[in-house]
Amino acid sequence: MDKEKKPYLSAKGVTKSFGFGRQKTVAVDNINLDLYEGEVISIVGESGSGKTTLSKVLLGLINQTSGDVYFQGVKRDISSQARKREYWKNIQAIFQDPFSSYNIFNKIDSVLLDCINMRGGVYFPREKKTEMMIEACSFVNLKFEELTNKYPFELSGGQMQRLMIARIFLLQPKILLADEPTSMIDACSRATILDELMHLRKEVGMTIIFITHDIGLAYYVSDNVYIMEKGRFVESGAADDVILRPKEPYTQRLINDVPKIYEEWDLSTV
Amino acid sequence: MKHILQQVFRSGKFVTGFSIFMAIILIVVFYPMIITDAPLSIIGQGTFFPPGIYVSVYDSLSSTTYILNLDDATTKRITNKLNDEDRVSIKEWLVAAGIPESEIDTTDTQKLLDQWFTNYDSQKNVPGMTNAKRNYYVRLNTALKSLLSPEAAAVMQVNPLNNELEQIGTINQTDYVNVGEVANIRILPLGTDNFGRDVLTELVSATRVSLQIGFVAGIIATLIGLTLGLLAGYIGGFVDDIITFITNLFIVIPPFVLLILISFSIGQEQRGAFTIAVVIGFTSWVWTARAVRSQVISLRNRDHVNLSKLSGHSIVHIILNDILPYILSYVIMAFILQISSGILAEAGLSILGLGPRTTDVPTLGLMMNWAMIYQAHILGNWWAYMPVLVTIALITFSMNLMNTGMDQIFNPALRD
Repeated sequence: MDKEKKPYLSAKGVTKSFGFGRQKTVAVDNINLDLYEGEVISIVGESGSGKTTLSKVLLGLINQTSGDVYFQGVKRDISSQARKREYWKNIQAIFQDPFSSYNIFNKIDSVLLDCINMRGGVYFPREKKTEMMIEACSFVNLKFEELTNKYPFELSGGQMQRLMIARIFLLQPKILLADEPTSMIDACSRATILDELMHLRKEVGMTIIFITHDIGLAYYVSDNVYIMEKGRFVESGAADDVILRPKEPYTQRLINDVPKIYEEWDLSTV
Repeated sequence: MKHILQQVFRSGKFVTGFSIFMAIILIVVFYPMIITDAPLSIIGQGTFFPPGIYVSVYDSLSSTTYILNLDDATTKRITNKLNDEDRVSIKEWLVAAGIPESEIDTTDTQKLLDQWFTNYDSQKNVPGMTNAKRNYYVRLNTALKSLLSPEAAAVMQVNPLNNELEQIGTINQTDYVNVGEVANIRILPLGTDNFGRDVLTELVSATRVSLQIGFVAGIIATLIGLTLGLLAGYIGGFVDDIITFITNLFIVIPPFVLLILISFSIGQEQRGAFTIAVVIGFTSWVWTARAVRSQVISLRNRDHVNLSKLSGHSIVHIILNDILPYILSYVIMAFILQISSGILAEAGLSILGLGPRTTDVPTLGLMMNWAMIYQAHILGNWWAYMPVLVTIALITFSMNLMNTGMDQIFNPALRD
C-alpha cells in the first residue's frame, strides 16, 4: 500500500450524538479514518458500538454533529439534493437486511432501472436497458427472466442480497459501504455472496468498507481492520497485526467469541 | 395489492360492515328514483301523524261498497274505541255503584259493557266525583251507545241552491270498500314530522346529505392531516417543530368547541351543508396528522428509504413511492373513521341549532333538531327521531366494523 497517496475518503474527528442533556448518547466519538484507493477495510465491533451510525455518516444519510468528511481530498459538500446525487454516484451501500432493503410495492426491475438512470442512462433504448439488466444479473448468477416483473418478497434472502450486488455492478461506485451484507444470510450463500463481492471489486476496482461483527470475515476479506468499541476505534492496523497479534483486551474478546467447530465453547468471556 | 383486497373481503367483520354500508348507499341512490317527491314538501296539515296507510275518506265514499257480514266487527269496533283508560274509568264507576270488585274484569269487553249499561245512571251522584268526570261519563256513554246502535250513518251534502243539507247516501256498518279501488291512498311508513313532511322521504334525503357532508369533511381532514404528517415526519427539524406546534395547539382546544365557535360566527344564512362539511374537515385533521407523522418517522430511517435516497430520488419521489404506500392502509382506515365522525359532528352541531340552514336540505342532525324542538321525545312520537338515530348508528357501526376488519388484515398481530 502506497501511503504517500492522498486518502480517497477520510473522516476527521467525526462525532455523532443523539439527544440532549442527560439522555445524550454519543454513538460515534471522534473518529479518524483514512481510506485509500483500492483498499478493503473492515470496521469490527459488537452491536451498539456505532458501526452503522458511522457508516450512515460516511454515506451522508445523516449529518455528523461535529468533524468533517473529506472526499478526494476536498471537504464533502452535500448541502443540496443535486450535490448529494453527485456524491452518491461515488459512494454506494449494501445494507444488512435484504428483506427491508426493498420497497415491497415496487417491482424488481425498477430497482435496477433506477441504477441505469442514475448512471445517465435515462434515454437509453429499452433493449439496451434490458441488456444491461441481464448482464448485471448474470454477473451474480441470477437469471433476469426469472426475476423480471416479480416483487421483492417473492425472492429468497440470498437472491435479494445478490440483486443488491447486481445493483452495485450497474452503479460502479468508487467506494462501497457494505453494512453487514451477509449477517442475515445462511452460511452457504454467505461464501458465494462474498466471492461475488470480491469478484466485483476486481472487475470495477472499488474500495470497500466492510462493517461487520464477524472478525473471521474481516480477516478473510480486508487489508486493514478497525476495531470499534463504544463509538471509538480502540485498535487499528493491518489485518494480520490486529487479528493474529491483538493488543487490546476487547479485540481478544471478539476473537475468542468466534465459535469454532469441534471445540467446546468458552462462555467465560461472554 | 389484489391479494390484500381478497383478504379484506374474506374478513367477516369487513364484509358485514361493507354490506350494511352498501345497502344504505343503494337505498339513498335508488329511493329518490322511485319516489320522486321533494323531501321537504309539506303534505300533512298538523304535526306528527303516526306511521300507517292513509286512505282518503272522501274517495272511499264514492267507491263501490261491498257488504261483508263479519261476526267480530262490532267487538273490534268497540275494542278499538274503548282504550285502557276508559276501561279503568268504567270499573271505577261500577265499584262506586256497588258491584264487588272481583266481579269486574276489564279485559272482557262484552261483560264489562253489559255491566255498564245495566248500572249506569247519568243522574246518580257519586260522592267525591268532579263535574268534569261526570261529563266525561256522559260522553263515554253516548259514544258507546252510538257504536252499538245498528243504524247506518247518513252522508249529507249542502245543496248550493237552497243551502240545505240533503242526504245523498248512507253507510251501513257492514259496508266495506276495497282499498285497491280507492283513488287516493298514501302510505307513510314512518308517519310525518312536525311540519307534516313524510319522514321516510326526508330521512333518505337527509342520509344522502349527511353522507356527503361526511365524505367532504373526511377528504379535507385526511388530506390536511396526511400532508402535514408527511411533511413533519419526513423533513423533520424546523418544519416538524412548526407543524407539531400547530397540531398541539389544535389538540388542546377541544375540536367540538372550535366547531361551535366557527359555525356560530359564520351565521345561519351562510351555513350551507358544504360549508359545514368544510368547517368540520378543517377542525378534525389533528389526530390524522399526528399518527401519520409518527408512522413516517419510524419509516424514514428504514433501509428501503435509504436505498431510494442513494438511488438519487427526490424528496417528493421518496415520499410518494417509498413512504406513502406503507402508510396507505392506515390512511384509508383513518379516512373511514373521519367520515363517520364527520357525520356525528354534523349531527351534534345541528342538534344545537348550529347546523346547515334549514331551508334547502334536510340532514340527519337537522331532523333530530326538529324532533327535539317540537318535543317528539316527550310526546312519544318515536317515528320522528328513532329512525334517524338508527340510521346514524347503522352508518357509524358499519364504518367502524369495516375499519376493525381492515385493521385485523393490516395488523395481523391484532387478529384474534
